[in-house]
Amino acid sequence: MAGHAVEHDYHLIPPSPWPFLSGLAALVWGFGMVVFFAGLVPRTGESPMLEFFFSKGLDSLQDSYRPVADKVGADGGWILLVLGTLFAAYVMFGWWKDVAAESRAGDHTPVVDIGLRYGMIMFIMQEAMFFVGWFWMFFELGLFHKMRAGWNTDVLENAGAYADSMAPGIKGVEPWNLPLMNTIILLLSGTTVTWAHHALIHNDRKGAKWGLGLTVALGLLFTFVQGYEYLELFHERTEGHPWISTDAFGSAFFMATGFHGLHVLIGTIFLAVMFLRLSKGGLRPEKHFGLEAAAWYWHFVDVVWLFLFAFVYIIFAVG
Amino acid sequence: MVALPGENTPVEPAGYADDGKPGFFARWFYSTNHKDIGTLYLIFGIISGLIGGFLSFMMRMELAAPGIDYFASEHQYLVYVSMHGLIMIFFMVMPALIGGFGNWFVPIMVGAPDMAFPRMNNLSFWLLPTALLCLLISFFVPGSASGNGFGGSWVMYPPLSTTGSPGPAFDFIIIGLLAAGFSSIFGAINFITTILNMRAPGMTMHKMPLFAWAVLVTAFLLLLALPVLAAALFMLFTDRIDGGTGFFDPARGGDPQMFQHLFWFFGHPEVYIMILPAFGIVSHIISTFSKKPIFGYLGMAYAMVAIGVVGFVVWAHHMYTVGMDVNLKAYFLAATLVIAVPTGVKIFSWLATMWGGSIRYSIPMQWALAFIFLFVVGGVTGVMLANAGVDAYLHDTYYVVAHFHYVLSMGAVFGIFAGFYYWFGKMFGVQYNKWLAGAHFWLFFIGVNVIFFPQHFLGLNGMPRRYIDYPEEFAIWNQVSSFGAYITLAGVAFFFLMLIEALLISRRRVGDNYWGEGATTLEWTLSSPPPYHQFNVLPRIEDNKDEH
Repeated sequence: MAGHAVEHDYHLIPPSPWPFLSGLAALVWGFGMVVFFAGLVPRTGESPMLEFFFSKGLDSLQDSYRPVADKVGADGGWILLVLGTLFAAYVMFGWWKDVAAESRAGDHTPVVDIGLRYGMIMFIMQEAMFFVGWFWMFFELGLFHKMRAGWNTDVLENAGAYADSMAPGIKGVEPWNLPLMNTIILLLSGTTVTWAHHALIHNDRKGAKWGLGLTVALGLLFTFVQGYEYLELFHERTEGHPWISTDAFGSAFFMATGFHGLHVLIGTIFLAVMFLRLSKGGLRPEKHFGLEAAAWYWHFVDVVWLFLFAFVYIIFAVG
Repeated sequence: MVALPGENTPVEPAGYADDGKPGFFARWFYSTNHKDIGTLYLIFGIISGLIGGFLSFMMRMELAAPGIDYFASEHQYLVYVSMHGLIMIFFMVMPALIGGFGNWFVPIMVGAPDMAFPRMNNLSFWLLPTALLCLLISFFVPGSASGNGFGGSWVMYPPLSTTGSPGPAFDFIIIGLLAAGFSSIFGAINFITTILNMRAPGMTMHKMPLFAWAVLVTAFLLLLALPVLAAALFMLFTDRIDGGTGFFDPARGGDPQMFQHLFWFFGHPEVYIMILPAFGIVSHIISTFSKKPIFGYLGMAYAMVAIGVVGFVVWAHHMYTVGMDVNLKAYFLAATLVIAVPTGVKIFSWLATMWGGSIRYSIPMQWALAFIFLFVVGGVTGVMLANAGVDAYLHDTYYVVAHFHYVLSMGAVFGIFAGFYYWFGKMFGVQYNKWLAGAHFWLFFIGVNVIFFPQHFLGLNGMPRRYIDYPEEFAIWNQVSSFGAYITLAGVAFFFLMLIEALLISRRRVGDNYWGEGATTLEWTLSSPPPYHQFNVLPRIEDNKDEH
């Protein structure tokens, strides 16, 4: 075999610095996570994260934590976290720039293209399992946990009280308000991304740009509305008592919708990159897997939201 | 490959396409070659194995006699217990079996020139040193009030892992495990795509070697189980933040038991993730050294699929004593026992493969035979433990420790060594010294049995796990067990002597197929070691009805 000319259509890649740099970026980012959220000393009741977000603005918050004399919190964890994130972003930019260039160079033959599709499907499968973890936790806390502990054998009654356990003294969110708006926004963005895809297939590049641009805008709007909803929950429904720690429902609510929000953000960036590539003349009508992958991912995020809306926002909150 | 002129085409270093190797740094740090990355994984696995082995050796030293002799505190002992588990599982067995042998031989066995995503393959590897570094750092930063490091065992149950370990040690472990998890998820995506998309012409799924089947099933288990662990780890992470969430805090309506469900939903597939690749390796070795095709090929392949599927619905048999409903226990008992059926299919098919074969007791065959024997022992004690009633008595005793070390320390690890000796010449181009390898095998075989067999007795007599000290009554068998650790250590020494002798001193070259006619998979058609890029012309698999 050695020395024989390459006669297959697979894509052999020359050595690349990006994976090694990704490992380093993960190290910086991981350190940032630990130092920012936990600090490098045992928890004293004042984590670096709390200091960063609340120490100046919410003075009353400090009262709820015991004053600790030997506070040695590692300041500046956020710097590490930002550096790690920027490092990772740089690596991803360089890596996918190479991928796009290889695609233009014709390295993505039909068989490689199928491989990329397999890869994206697998990636979405693992994302789905990640949300299975959060939903599992959500349902268990809502339905069975008090029953299993022998406190209350009525599953439905547990569910009714669940949504009220957002945080001390705080009730759940109103589903037919901002969440409904967000549902409509996401469903609409699902149609605009399909519009963009079909426009590209029919070589209507202007239409594709409009569709994709609108999708990105709708994605940003979703993030904005979600952020507004969080802000309202944090500041305006607090009945004068700033709170940050959450009870059962609040924990599941914030982490599930929060991770969904993170995935919306990732999907929006994904689509925005495709918009830029499209604007710069990339993505041909017959070959545009980047856009398809972004659309798949976007639909996945959309479906997760529908589950969140149905269960987290409506069924448990309305009862 | 069609080379269309395009802007920003990445510069290809001279010689990469014509089987030339890049320079040292580019080759080992920027690698996109499945064989080099496989070698990196194997080296990484050996280093982690030394660290994890050191931890266990210290524990055996301590437990050799009643009283606290070596450790500074009980907490330190628990830190060693926890880290031994995490390091051996995530940084020794998985990198060696899946990353090492999977990378080396899955592409070759299915007739592909490389993995589907060679760059992502290297990402899978380079996340591991980051992860291991995070775990090692956790030794030296505050854990609980009792000292540095995390001592809540590899299962990380809250509240030991939340309010019980307020220091950053456990946060480092969370980050390290997330990195290792992403590494495995990317690896799984890579293996699945390679196996489904890059098989050579004529290589149908039902002609695919069993090791490739094993890695395919393993990859699906990784893909579906690890994200759930990631979610559980994030829950721990936010629960640990001051003013964070309360998933596992009963005072806030949370449920600590739920962590165990999430963890074992990952944790039980994880044990099959560790053993299935070893099944695949052993199948090849048994077939090669019996000079017979494997008995019941399709049954063997689908038995692994069945183990993988059923492995997802038996997790709560690790939690019989948490206060589960009795109907739930009955279900998990029955489902667990069902796994004995496909496992039995595999054991009996190996025996049937050897039946009437022309058996050669080479070093890899010895490891494989020992694997079958010892895995059956571990499997039988597993059937015992699967019974919820019996488990109420044996839970968290040394019986459990003996059980899972028989399937891991003598199952997965024997599979690793079997594969290592089987493919040693193929990977490195030189053959090992039979005497040194034999000494390694016999010392290791006797050593691990002396360590773990007495632990059955200790467990049945009620000695609990994870304690630094024990009453006088348990002294004899603990002493025997620790003596086994010294024998095993001698075996490990012979392993390194063997490596030094074979790789640095003698360098006996081997031919393409040094095992002879019994070895039929595609790696034996290539030179030893294979060319930097194999199969520039894809192999064609002939339609041979007699095969399998």
